[in-house]
Amino acid sequence: MPKLIKNNELTENISQTLDKDFSGKVDEVLANKGTVLTPKEYWLENSEQLAGKENIGIWLDSDEGPEELSPHIEKLSLIAINFPKFADGRGYSYARILRDRLGFKGELRAIGDIMHDQMFYLKRCGFNSFAVREDKNAEVVITGLNDFSECYQAATVQDKPLFRRR
Amino acid sequence: MYKYDEYDRQIVRERTQQFRGQTERFFDGTLDGDDFLPLRLQNGLYVQRLAPMFRISIPYGMLSSTQLRKLAHLSREYDKGYVHFTTRQNVQFNWPAIKDVPDMLEELNSVEMHSIQTSGNCIRNTTSDQFAGVIDNEVIDPRPYCEIIRQWSTLHPEFAFLPRKFKIAVNACPDADRVAIAVHDIGLEIIKNSAGEIGFKVFVGGGLGRTPVIGSEIRSFLPEKDLLTYLDSIVRVYNMHGRRDNKFKARIKILVKALTPAKFAEMVEAEWQHHKDSESQLTQEEITRVKSFFTSPDYAQLENNADSFETAKKENKAFSNWVKRNVSSHKIAGYSIVTLTLKKVGVPTGDATDKQLESIADMADEYCFGEVRVTHDQNIVLADIRQDQLFEVWQKAKSLGFATPNLGMLTDMICCPGGDYCGLANAKSIPVAEQIQLRFDDLDYLYDLGKIDLNISGCMNACGHHHVGDIGVLGVDKRGDEFYQVSLGGRSGRDATLGKILGPSFARAEMADVIEKIINVYTENRTEEELFVDTFRRIGMAPFKERVYAKAN
Ligand code: SF4
Repeated sequence: MPKLIKNNELTENISQTLDKDFSGKVDEVLANKGTVLTPKEYWLENSEQLAGKENIGIWLDSDEGPEELSPHIEKLSLIAINFPKFADGRGYSYARILRDRLGFKGELRAIGDIMHDQMFYLKRCGFNSFAVREDKNAEVVITGLNDFSECYQAATVQDKPLFRRR
Repeated sequence: MYKYDEYDRQIVRERTQQFRGQTERFFDGTLDGDDFLPLRLQNGLYVQRLAPMFRISIPYGMLSSTQLRKLAHLSREYDKGYVHFTTRQNVQFNWPAIKDVPDMLEELNSVEMHSIQTSGNCIRNTTSDQFAGVIDNEVIDPRPYCEIIRQWSTLHPEFAFLPRKFKIAVNACPDADRVAIAVHDIGLEIIKNSAGEIGFKVFVGGGLGRTPVIGSEIRSFLPEKDLLTYLDSIVRVYNMHGRRDNKFKARIKILVKALTPAKFAEMVEAEWQHHKDSESQLTQEEITRVKSFFTSPDYAQLENNADSFETAKKENKAFSNWVKRNVSSHKIAGYSIVTLTLKKVGVPTGDATDKQLESIADMADEYCFGEVRVTHDQNIVLADIRQDQLFEVWQKAKSLGFATPNLGMLTDMICCPGGDYCGLANAKSIPVAEQIQLRFDDLDYLYDLGKIDLNISGCMNACGHHHVGDIGVLGVDKRGDEFYQVSLGGRSGRDATLGKILGPSFARAEMADVIEKIINVYTENRTEEELFVDTFRRIGMAPFKERVYAKAN
């Protein structure tokens, strides 16, 4: 079972991510329990039915910025951002816009190529949930959240730069 | 010089621990080579053609004698007894073992050095004028601002995985641009507005490499308090919109060109409106705190051009030549700035042995308040030398081989490591430099030629800045053979210009002849006061082309 790190704890990842071309009914998928992540387009098209449902989230691919979610932000409890490759860093900026600008308060999950070495940066950009790459040992990965105890610049987590605290 | 406090020490220490863990996971097989690659790059560790290469940051070029001695020690302990100074105020080890790098980092941390973000697709070491703080025609000392940028960019959580590498340079000298801000991803020119306030003129999208571009101005005056929020905005726009599908099109210069500078500026401005008043706005306390590290040393009360100095120049032609070439004027009376040239025939440009590093450290301690600076043209600067000690300094430098008075001359080339060391090279660059140094070894003739920048890169990554040399040489691959393309008329600094290609490329053995012909065309055509660049601008490419490609008969 793939692992999820959520609020600093290790749990099973029992959510399903629907493909970008998904066109069926979410309720049918949901029969299998857990949560479902729908593609952005799909969610926006069906926002009236989907908004406000606890167990339905939305996932953004690395080339899909978050601005269009602005009108719906209050009704979303889970947003995932995909990192197709470790080295594709767009999701860090999307996360900060979601948190700092659009005021998203729910679960922000990093999915895709997620391992130990991004954890601290992801956390600082506002992610509080991490779907660990399946071939990695999640117990080791979780320690990455605490690789550093201090940082120079402001970010979503610790919004005062060091120079205002030192 | 900036001094670490407990916070700085903790951050570099934790970074080294993190890297030690990554290295251990690499060796025990839980982190595979592909995943390790971007992580080791962000810690300055490349694996090159012949061996790993490990790059250390020298923030804005400043090194203390303690740091120099540490580099010497590390080169003996873990390498082959020499280091290489790069064109971006970094220093490299060419032969360390991967497993030793965490230990080397610990030693470096102990003297307040690190390798964070010296490679990889992230914000690199911020560079500045090697004469910062000691010349009297700068607006203000740029180094505190570089240090502020260094801290902001170090382990920035949002910008560790940009589309490509990202380089920032700061200049504060209105008459010169020794750091070449026009060819950086972001170039910052420190200026004063009419109210006398300090701020920045902001350029983006400059760069060398395979698509050379001169940066575009996107803001004519950015108040100093807004420095970090504005940089955040630029890099965020780039991070979200820069191309990631093709690494040759991924630099910010391609994005700025595709959008147009005006549109790019508009996007940055819109982004900036959201967080310009955030906590990241600089405080006066912070600016003052960082400035307090860059105070003047304890200068003696002296007169300019003391008698002993004047007499020494009169009595010794070689000394006076060296003073003319390698000594620049200082803002404090009785002091001068000395440039030690690391370029001697037969030694790869920018290389220094452990013994040489220690001798430089000794000279720094004895004559220069224990500090030196490294320059983008791969020389070493002693910034605070008493004029009445110049003769002594010259004698020492000469005996150590650092006083070739060829600064700025044809044989003071910028040359990348090339095919001898670099895995990306099309061709070797060091043998070409040597050939040219051997051909032009008559110093009087070189003086007569005047200032000519000859820059050599082993491939279009342009680490040797060949586009902005008066004469640029680029290694190319021609059906598997090493060839060299020559360009003329480039210029760095103020009115930076990109050179134009002369014509078809040459085999290595032809290179000294080709350069000689180019020089001959210049000497035959120049007027009394013209430098190479002036003659080239006046007569154009044709006469050079004609001579170089004339059929032998
Ligand atoms: S220019 Fe090319 S060959 Fe030279 S150091 Fe840079 S990447 Fe290597």
